[in-house]
Amino acid sequence: MTAQPPVNSLRSLPDSTGHFGTFGGRYVAETLMPLILDLEKEYRKAKEDPSFQEEFDDLLKNFVGRPSPLYYAPRMTEHFRGAAPEGKGPKIYFKREDLNHTGAHKINNCIGQILLAIRMGKTRIIAETGAGQHGVATATVCARFGIPCVIYMGSTDVARQQPNVFRMKLLGAEVVPVESGAKTLKDAMNEALRDWVANVHDTFYIIGTAAGPHPYPELVRDFQSVIGTETRAQMLETEGRLPDMVLACVGGGSNAIGMFHPFLDDPEVAMVGVEAAGHGIETGQHAASLTGGKPGILHGNKTYLLQDEDGQITEAHSISAGLDYPGLGPEHSWLHENGRVRYVPITDDQALEAFQQCCALEGIIPALESAHALAALPQLTAEMDEDKILVVNVSGRGDKDIFTVAEALGVEL
Amino acid sequence: MSTRFEMAFSKGPALVCFITGGDGDTAANLDALVEGGADVIELGMPFTDPMADGPAIQEANLRSLGKGTRTADIFRYAAEFRQRHPQVPLVLMGYANPMTIRGPEWFAAECAKAGVDGVICVDIPPEEDAALGPALRDAGVSLIRLATPTTDAARLPAVLEGSSGFLYYVSVAGITGMQQAAQGSIEEAVAKLKAASDIPVTVGFGVRTPEQASSIAKVADGVVVGSALVDLVKEHGDKAAGPLKELTSALAEAVHSAR
Repeated sequence: MTAQPPVNSLRSLPDSTGHFGTFGGRYVAETLMPLILDLEKEYRKAKEDPSFQEEFDDLLKNFVGRPSPLYYAPRMTEHFRGAAPEGKGPKIYFKREDLNHTGAHKINNCIGQILLAIRMGKTRIIAETGAGQHGVATATVCARFGIPCVIYMGSTDVARQQPNVFRMKLLGAEVVPVESGAKTLKDAMNEALRDWVANVHDTFYIIGTAAGPHPYPELVRDFQSVIGTETRAQMLETEGRLPDMVLACVGGGSNAIGMFHPFLDDPEVAMVGVEAAGHGIETGQHAASLTGGKPGILHGNKTYLLQDEDGQITEAHSISAGLDYPGLGPEHSWLHENGRVRYVPITDDQALEAFQQCCALEGIIPALESAHALAALPQLTAEMDEDKILVVNVSGRGDKDIFTVAEALGVEL
Repeated sequence: MSTRFEMAFSKGPALVCFITGGDGDTAANLDALVEGGADVIELGMPFTDPMADGPAIQEANLRSLGKGTRTADIFRYAAEFRQRHPQVPLVLMGYANPMTIRGPEWFAAECAKAGVDGVICVDIPPEEDAALGPALRDAGVSLIRLATPTTDAARLPAVLEGSSGFLYYVSVAGITGMQQAAQGSIEEAVAKLKAASDIPVTVGFGVRTPEQASSIAKVADGVVVGSALVDLVKEHGDKAAGPLKELTSALAEAVHSAR
């Protein structure tokens, strides 16, 4: 791993009790607490063990297909330069996580966690999924290692994401439709926690984003940090310097924290996270926890949440199922409050426009999640000089989204 | 001065009964539990995401919230209960977010004002005690912690530290209202907990019938029944008081005559 960060580093959290400032922590039922402590201990040992890192690196290279390219996007660059005021419009690069095996960044984390599960002697895997991307990635690594897995998925999501349900089943997973609540990602996570609490002795829970009880936010971030670490090296090789800005979408926030974390101590690198503003913050139908929520406790951690004044969690809305969650990882809450990262909201309509624009200008169909990041480009590029460099994390590919997009555009397939 | 908890547990094994606040006619249901012979009452605070609960209590939470139950209503039920039943210990049980959203001091003060004796928060383990524990203790409200089959000897002191009223042993690693643990494992666990603790040890999760309650009451200081009562509220809606009183009487009889 990398050397110890300096004392005043922004990269030294969480603290020994799993907190990022006031955020994070281990808000779980007593039944799970011993297991969480055990997981932390095992993770520390794994981090110190060169063979763990070697196996992780080998799988990322040969199974996932890393490193993913850092791609210069010439036509997007030209387009925004043309639209920007004179002298503005930076060079735009894409970090191509969409080219990973299974089509998104999710697999990076799943590889890391399944190796941990195996180290801990666990023989059964569970996971939650919203759109199905994390479910597919989990089912993939479980097939690769021959471990049975159960994927919890809200029945609303099961109905609207049939291709991913079928993929998971092909990969050997059992997909359990969850009927509680609004039957989406939040409810799937509740149900996965219920399974876990009843099966702690043999079951490992592969959480899909950099959230949940400590040490999950830390370990998911560490596994996803390959994104930023590669970007850094690739940028130094291509341009001989660091980028001026990195940009990523934030649902739970694992692709964003993976991109941001290796740059946190480089003050010259600005960072922007994009939240899903759904139909608009003012409508109340959105998934922008930082812009429209406030701190609270859910799913094992303290973080910004969409909630009412009694602390009841409210339903999120986004056209992108991967961003449709009423909270986000605790490290983002901390980075938001200390100002290191700027978080901006992008609506469904803006994301749809960016989705089409990326297809037409670069020949890349981005995930709707990634399209939210791309949709911040008009605003951000207009403010940046043309000798600057901006990297967008294209966290996944959009093949899974074509039905949603067609419906939103009124096209019958 | 002995507390309401001490009095409730001084007469032999106690019956602890749970219902969800705002589900059905809460005041009538609470009265039915007391009239049936419950020694301690747990009033569930509804939450949108009750991840430690099985289907029965999940549904009760959603029925309650669906009717528009607010935190203020829960404290109103509690305060009115205290007026009607000055001697019966009342515990609020729920999840961290509704309890801490206005600050732990606010919540602790409301509990004290309403005459609430203790609080069980499912998702604040000893490691996160600062989020609620100090405020409750300062306000003179007991923090009641959960011990589980996964709580080993090394952790137990941390669980007991700062807790009072009684210790709630969750007899199965799992969610509420599902299967019951084997009697042998309960006896073994209770013996260990009682040896380590000077507060009463109650046992819950999966206890549905007078027979089960009776065998647990032979070894524990109290027996907690929840989902079986909540199921009656589901079945009978606003007219659940009669059936609740009937089941509570049978449970109380079984618990009180166990030893």
